[in-house]
Amino acid sequence: MAKAFKRNDGRKVDEMRPMEAKLGVVKSAEGSAMFKAGKTIAIAAVRGPREVVPAHKQRADRGLLRCTYDLLSFSVNDRKRPGPSRRSSEIGMVIENALLPAMDLSDWPYTSVDLYVYITQADAGTRCAGINAAALALADAGIPMKELVSAVAVGKVDGQVIVDIDKHEEDQGEFPTDIPVAMMPNSGKVTLLQLDGKITKDELNSALKLAEKSCKEIQEVQKQAIRAKYVSKEESK
Amino acid sequence: MKDYMKSLINDEKRFDGRKLNEFRNVSVTNNVSENAEGSAIVKIGDTEVIAGVKMATTVPYPDSPDDGTLMVTAEFLPMANPDFSAGPPSIQAIELARVIDRGIRESKMVDMKKLCITKGELVWMAFIDLYIINDDGNLIDAAALAAIAALKDAFMPKLDKENKLLHELSSKKLPIIEDRVPLTCTVFKIGKNLFVDPVLAEEKENDARISIGISSEGDINSMQKGGITALTLDEIDQAVELAKKATDDLRKILK
Repeated sequence: MAKAFKRNDGRKVDEMRPMEAKLGVVKSAEGSAMFKAGKTIAIAAVRGPREVVPAHKQRADRGLLRCTYDLLSFSVNDRKRPGPSRRSSEIGMVIENALLPAMDLSDWPYTSVDLYVYITQADAGTRCAGINAAALALADAGIPMKELVSAVAVGKVDGQVIVDIDKHEEDQGEFPTDIPVAMMPNSGKVTLLQLDGKITKDELNSALKLAEKSCKEIQEVQKQAIRAKYVSKEESK
Repeated sequence: MKDYMKSLINDEKRFDGRKLNEFRNVSVTNNVSENAEGSAIVKIGDTEVIAGVKMATTVPYPDSPDDGTLMVTAEFLPMANPDFSAGPPSIQAIELARVIDRGIRESKMVDMKKLCITKGELVWMAFIDLYIINDDGNLIDAAALAAIAALKDAFMPKLDKENKLLHELSSKKLPIIEDRVPLTCTVFKIGKNLFVDPVLAEEKENDARISIGISSEGDINSMQKGGITALTLDEIDQAVELAKKATDDLRKILK
């Protein structure tokens, strides 16, 4: 059955969409990056560490990470009303939680690292592309991290577990199951896990295995983007 | 800083060696977001704006039953400038959107009659949404250019038999009347000199500014004065001349 499974764009079940990553896309920010997976494009920018406004949110023991996520109104088929929504607030929060385990902000009490993630073109997997861009933006800003965070949406479509679901697949079949996963690929720890749909425990396990393998591939693309900006051509030879 | 900036501009000098009437490099890239009916990224130096057009159907206004309608919104993304914050649009964002909205509307560059589907019942509405990605000054000009570039790039979506919107574009472009397309140049004043296209550091010190939208035929479609210093009639005349030259140059880049 697995052999007969055909994806809309001809990918193998464990094959990611083509990825691209680039640092320094928002010139005036302390750090920024673009991450593209297939047709989904995310940009992320970091401002800070800077003094927390409003002041009552300051923490004496550590700095804060605050993430804003949104879709540009025209990035999706039905125009999204500009400005924050309940969905974008929630995703901003889960992105924070996906990145914090890799960070240590104890050296920056009273400050915040403000992270902005925007989707300029959406074809599913936007929070994952956002996390991939965000991890790079944090690295570009020089925020210490234990390792990069990488993310991908795995899932089940028409009974088949597949990786990097696109919009077409997200709506395909009776119970399409979408599972965004973020990991620290080196330590194998999961920092974001969401799921909606219908899936068995075994299928979930194989989906997560697939996510682990793919996050390692994503991390390579991320590292390449960092090298492209910070390692001169001579050194990399 | 203010004194230094004043003396620089007084000596007709710029931070980056440009002349007072000289723009930074301007680039326009179309079709940057494929779910949009039309889109564009405009860069003026390090300033970057992304614009997208989405079309929807709506009931026409009673006083113009066979005219389509349009709306411009702008969001100053908080990543674009450390002084921008998330939340409801700032007064600057509202002003920018309204200045650009007026330029597009009053120039009548979009043939609103052709956006009528059923007279008195159903017309097209064009949403032109602008997002500031990075602010290094002169946002109004960059955003206005992005709005125009996105509109010129836009195709009409298809409708089904019941006039319901399909997520598929036709091969028909948005009805644009080319001769009427306005471009906008904002002229700034520091001390006694007028200049165009400030970087952020220059813009912060301006005494006054005036945005001028001019069609390819040379008609002025919109004006907006900002800042708390008055301008003389002579200065306004000079500003229009500066804007004419600048929009002529921008028009070449747009094509």
